[in-house]
Amino acid sequence: MTQRVGAAILAALAWTGDVFLFGLRALREAFRPPFEFGEIARHVYEIGWRSAPLIATSGFAIGVVLSMHTRASLERFGAEAMIPAGLALALIKETGPLTCGLLMSGRVGAGIGAELGAMKVTEQIDALEAVAVDSFKFLAVTRIIACIIAMPLLTSIMDFCGILGGYLAETSISGMSWELYFRRAFSLIEFDDFIPATLKTAVFGLIIGTVASYLGFTTTSGTEGVGQASTRSVVLASILIIVSNVVLVKFIFFMFPEPA
Amino acid sequence: MSGEGPAIQLEGVTKSFGSRKVLDDISIEVSEGTAFCLLGRSGTGKSVTLKHIIGLLQPDSGRVLVHGKDVSHMKGAELSEIRRSMGFLFQNAALFDSISVGENVAFPLRRHTDWGDDKIRQVAKAKLTDVGLEKDFDKMPADLSGGMKKRAGLARAMALDPDILLVDEPSAGLDPITADEIDELLVDLKHKGTTLVVVTHNIPSARHIGDELGFLHEGRLIARGSAADLERSDHDMVRTFMRSEGAG
Repeated sequence: MTQRVGAAILAALAWTGDVFLFGLRALREAFRPPFEFGEIARHVYEIGWRSAPLIATSGFAIGVVLSMHTRASLERFGAEAMIPAGLALALIKETGPLTCGLLMSGRVGAGIGAELGAMKVTEQIDALEAVAVDSFKFLAVTRIIACIIAMPLLTSIMDFCGILGGYLAETSISGMSWELYFRRAFSLIEFDDFIPATLKTAVFGLIIGTVASYLGFTTTSGTEGVGQASTRSVVLASILIIVSNVVLVKFIFFMFPEPA
Repeated sequence: MSGEGPAIQLEGVTKSFGSRKVLDDISIEVSEGTAFCLLGRSGTGKSVTLKHIIGLLQPDSGRVLVHGKDVSHMKGAELSEIRRSMGFLFQNAALFDSISVGENVAFPLRRHTDWGDDKIRQVAKAKLTDVGLEKDFDKMPADLSGGMKKRAGLARAMALDPDILLVDEPSAGLDPITADEIDELLVDLKHKGTTLVVVTHNIPSARHIGDELGFLHEGRLIARGSAADLERSDHDMVRTFMRSEGAG
């Protein structure tokens, strides 16, 4: 039993090490020519723009729900005026980035894992190499960079749509005006709240792109392996996002201490 | 044979996957402008041999020389450079399924030439015409039959007019007439100076295309020579195989 647990831990550590090295190699290759700008732009469109409706809709719904919860809590203390600021802080500092990361690990992580996995088992990756194209750079690096670029942009969309949803929920109850809502929402928000929390999602993008590309590139066992690569991409990227978020929040608190 | 010197040399190549030895001390030499046909039962290491020549696999021991350069330890730009002089038709064609058939053929041209879009499309169409797919430029790979995919894969392999063409079962899944046309195309390429290594189960094709034939069995090259030499081989299996005249 102890041996089996030990072996499982060692296997997990080896896997994490492999993924880490894969990501490091991708970052190193990103700064070496030839630069695949066309492919990166295509993937930013595929990963970013095509995810925008999902992110916007989810952000809007989360804003509505957060507004209802915030109202229910703050009403008890007679602090309804703080609803916009409370919602905006919660959304911008944590809920928006984390939810966006998890949604994207589902939509994009699964897609990249399945696409690259299918290319691996049908020898399309070998075919790329055979026509003298660096498959790692062409397929993995471009997707990882696209995820890094797209995540902060999508998070900003989610934050904005969340605040919009919160406004509509609030105005339907209290009749608060647009101007007043937004003035109150941003009354407590500093750039130090928005920038680090949004930029940390670039790390989420790195995690999603790296994990999904790694699993795609290491797919075996035919179509069953493709399915596994897709599912494992979502599960492992989600877990790593949640765990890394703890470290990133601690880092942000260290770099940008909260005013007393 | 019209050869001048070895375009491809495999020297004592051994390769194992796990505990299974797939190639066992294989040595092959293919002269420039000649065709070498690799025969053998399924799973005897023929495709693995081709993948060693283009550097997709590295031998556990031995060397693979292409135009005198050892590709078995090449990486990066150096390997990329030598791959540009080779074309590879995969057993399952391995077309890129997210782009059209025409763009599959155009892909190597877009990557490795500075030609304009018009010329690239023109050359890609010409290559598709060579394999009888001139009307299928805009189709997606999923819309093609197995044999058509194979022909499109061959067109892509020929796109850069490579010095060396590695072909894995070119006539598998093709009707006899199309298979003959593909054979003629390969012979024509050979006459124009292209070095061919062809993996096939089709004995008539091998006789027609090959200047030299080799027979792989359990990872070892147990016979090589002309078709007549293999027919007189000491190995029963080789003689039986040569008599079978099996198609595809």
